[in-house]
Amino acid sequence: MCTVCGCGEGESRIEGDSHHTHSHEDDHGHSHGEHHHHYGHGPAHAHAPGMDQTRMVQIEQDILGKNNEYAHANRLLFSEQGILTLNLVSSPGSGKTTLLTRALQDLKDEMTLAVIEGDQETSRDAERIRQTGVPAIQINTGKGCHLDAHQVGHAVEHLPLEQGSVLMIENVGNLVCPAAFDLGEASKIAILSVTEGEDKPIKYPDMFHAADLLLLNKIDLLPYLDFDIEQCIEYAKRVNPGIQVFQVSAKTGEGMEEWYQWIRLTQQTRMIGRRTEKSVPTVSAN
Amino acid sequence: MHEMSLCEGVLQVLQTEAEKQGFHRVKTVILEIGDLSSVEPEAMRFSFDVVMKNSLAENANLTIENIPGTAWCMQCSKNVLIKQRYDECPDCGGYQLQVVSGDEMRIKELEVE
Repeated sequence: MCTVCGCGEGESRIEGDSHHTHSHEDDHGHSHGEHHHHYGHGPAHAHAPGMDQTRMVQIEQDILGKNNEYAHANRLLFSEQGILTLNLVSSPGSGKTTLLTRALQDLKDEMTLAVIEGDQETSRDAERIRQTGVPAIQINTGKGCHLDAHQVGHAVEHLPLEQGSVLMIENVGNLVCPAAFDLGEASKIAILSVTEGEDKPIKYPDMFHAADLLLLNKIDLLPYLDFDIEQCIEYAKRVNPGIQVFQVSAKTGEGMEEWYQWIRLTQQTRMIGRRTEKSVPTVSAN
Repeated sequence: MHEMSLCEGVLQVLQTEAEKQGFHRVKTVILEIGDLSSVEPEAMRFSFDVVMKNSLAENANLTIENIPGTAWCMQCSKNVLIKQRYDECPDCGGYQLQVVSGDEMRIKELEVE
């Protein structure tokens, strides 16, 4: 385990994070070859040679407890600063990055945006994002198949996050694992392109259950496909009766305005009741 | 390799608890895994042995207790058993179901020394 911040060893890398360049080599260097035969270190320090000190310990802890703690800390930070954090999840090739770059182009003049890019390898996507002028940081997960809350917490340290900004996290393209890992986001947004099967929501129910919003992307291709939109939405509502669905095309821009409206409303709702320097509530003299 | 990262999560909890509760070896790990939790018990067993190697839980036994999936059916106003998230209510056939249990992934108990 990393002694600096307690993080486990791994291959994940955050762009520009020198904090994680220290060595983890010596982790299990101690020998296991010795035999102690010392059984006398019980709770009452009773030394009874030969007595077995085996005991049961009730734990009742979530397996992802560690991740959830980090997620909680992230959520607290986002909430304090009025930052709307959206976790974009999908299978590879659904057009997430294209959708995201389009949204950033369209929204950057009216709101402050930042992006965390998750991929197994390369920082190509972060570079694509930066070309829009929006700050982005890449996390490479190495062996990992998802982003976790700890990586996001470190990545956030490298981003200029203003009060009231919108932080988009593009998760690793994978419809399984990212469903279970809370990053501290306000909402998960699932992106499904119509070139995939309409039964994806019931094939990967956990992801569509965890998402608040479903963006059906690439609808400009519908005339060439047999994709049954009604059926797809019905499947999505089976696993998640509360899910909202927007039909969009990141290429033509069709339907994107509805999603932007959702972002604006969600962000405004987050800011309600917040005291900021700009909007200190004033009591009318009348 | 979803189960691999879950096992790494288990190991992290074990290491933290070892320090807190003063044990140095884990002999058995008892997990509670729900039917709706997207965890494959067989893959979990396989990853467990790999991840626990060279740790305080090397060669530990893994026991997985299963928790059935239950959901509250709005139409029937009662809890019903389901196998998957997209299942309909076995009584009324509706999909207005709210999952009540079965998505657990918990470390329940440890045998330690």
